[in-house]
Amino acid sequence: MNRRDLLKNLLIIPPGIFLGGLFLKTLSLLKKTPLGKISLESIYGKYNPHAHYYAMGIDIDKCIGCGRCVEACKIENNVPREPFFFRTWVERYVITVDGETKVDSPEGGIHGFPETLSEKEILRTFFVPKLCNHCDNPPCVQVCPVGATYKTIDGVVLVDKDYCIGCRYCIQACPYGARYLHPETHTADKCTFCYHRIVKGLQPACVEVCPTGARIFGEVKPRNNPLARFVRFNKLGVLKPYLNTGPKVYYANLDKEVT
Amino acid sequence: MEELFERLAFSVKEVTGFIYPNEIELHWSILIVVYPYLTGLVAGAFILASLERVFNVKEVEPTYRLSLLTALAFLIVAPLPLVAHLGHPERAFEIFLTPNFRSAMAMFGFVYAWYLLVVLLVELWFEYRKDIVVWSKKEKGLKKVIYLILTLGASDLSEKSIQFDKKAGKLITIIGIPSAFLLHGYVGFIFGSVKANPWWSSVLMPVVFLFSAIVSGIALMILLYMVITLFRRKPVDMSCMDKLASFLLYAMILDFSLENLDFIHRIYESEESIKILYQLLISKLFISMVVIQILLGTIVPMVFLAWTKLARLPDELRRLIYFGSAILTLIGIFSIRWNVVIGGQLFSKSLRGLTTYKMELLGIEGLLVALLFLVLPFIILYILVALFPPWKEAEVELEA
Repeated sequence: MNRRDLLKNLLIIPPGIFLGGLFLKTLSLLKKTPLGKISLESIYGKYNPHAHYYAMGIDIDKCIGCGRCVEACKIENNVPREPFFFRTWVERYVITVDGETKVDSPEGGIHGFPETLSEKEILRTFFVPKLCNHCDNPPCVQVCPVGATYKTIDGVVLVDKDYCIGCRYCIQACPYGARYLHPETHTADKCTFCYHRIVKGLQPACVEVCPTGARIFGEVKPRNNPLARFVRFNKLGVLKPYLNTGPKVYYANLDKEVT
Repeated sequence: MEELFERLAFSVKEVTGFIYPNEIELHWSILIVVYPYLTGLVAGAFILASLERVFNVKEVEPTYRLSLLTALAFLIVAPLPLVAHLGHPERAFEIFLTPNFRSAMAMFGFVYAWYLLVVLLVELWFEYRKDIVVWSKKEKGLKKVIYLILTLGASDLSEKSIQFDKKAGKLITIIGIPSAFLLHGYVGFIFGSVKANPWWSSVLMPVVFLFSAIVSGIALMILLYMVITLFRRKPVDMSCMDKLASFLLYAMILDFSLENLDFIHRIYESEESIKILYQLLISKLFISMVVIQILLGTIVPMVFLAWTKLARLPDELRRLIYFGSAILTLIGIFSIRWNVVIGGQLFSKSLRGLTTYKMELLGIEGLLVALLFLVLPFIILYILVALFPPWKEAEVELEA
């Protein structure tokens, strides 16, 4: 072997091994799901994801901070009970007469909120339910190195727990703190809009249990839809609009103090 | 899991102000501090080695081969903390097989493979080929087999082929410099491109990472060279040391200027995050940033190194200053990595509160494992040096 051949080999062999591996992997994937058989129907059944585009509305003035949504979410989605993991939580904002803003969310608001200040000291106060914003331009999806987190056709951001490698880049990239690492699966986890329910035409658990109707789930486009009404009759805000994430959780009566 | 909950329950008590409930768990631990530190040393050592090759800086020749071996030893270890930190290490290979091309992190595999397989190993091979061929004839037993395999069948020692080695080596070095820039600039980009985090999100991040990498690489080579010559009972090549120290000083001045630019820019723009970042700096990061990174890790070595330039100091004293400065610099650069990675997670993205990092001692993401990853490159380097002595005297002179 002369030098030139050797150099050639050096340039060919390592990428060759890599491409060969890629080829074999593709083959094994094809065996599992033969090409051509992957259709939306095989995943969704009769449900047509192209016919929907989901979003949520939250009327801050209606939220009473009871924490039922947090509880319902934990039960419905097997979110660990410990107060460090939430798919949804409620924050309380208290702006005092001194102009100070106090924010708290004891155990995510799951047991409600203890009274802390007397009425005299309070200028204004309100509760803000939070969850994944299912962004139209989601930074978490952008950074996922393996594509385990993705946007569905019907506009929901999901995590494939069988594929997530647990690098936690998505948790860092989410500006809203909506993600956590599930302590059992060691993969990223977050709100799914209760995807397993909505594809059956049901409401997300948090919406279902809200006693005041502060959470409105639905679609923006069809006019005969609770969310479409909500969007038509309210002035709306989203969280951190300057980050250009395009949140799809719309807040009515959003205060400037909310971050 | 119980241990995790206990740790989180402790962290809750340390929170000041308000943080999102999911932010109580701090996700990128000390292992993610070690990772950019290691790649930085790789890039720095390689760029230093390239100086001799590409820019013909003859004085630093005694460290040329040692720098390459050091870069390799650290590069081998660099991905280990990353893999160890994953929730599913067994799925790590998916980054190669099904990468999401929009993800900065997905490019890691390719940048790393390019650097290891195309740049570093090939450059080392061309540099050592002649010696490997000779050793494969001279040595016995296992060593002989290793050398024989490493010749890859290219045992030609004619004048022409040696010349070819030199040319090829130079070409690879020229490709290698931008590759080393890419390797570490890219690591900076992983942090700098996170718009959700105002402490990280900065276009200067890759540049600052790069220059701090060069600083740490030079400091490491000064330290290694001095320690190794001490153990080999050889005289220290002072012209080499003086040159390295000069490079260290210049790189530090550049690095420090860039960091100050970033700092001043932030204060002057005074965006909404400025209050919480100020709180972060004066409380949680005061020791690691103001005292260790800036004062001990940068200003003190810079002043001492500048002193050796301005005054004629005896060799003994200069050696002492170089040695001390190199150690302080290495600690300083480690604290830069710490302040970026950990610091960036100590404040809430609600910009309303601060949290604490409670480091594990024994766990997979604990202090001991981190120390292991910091020591491991030196063990690998020891083996590499034993197999491929990087000294001038060990180089084989061919009989004409």
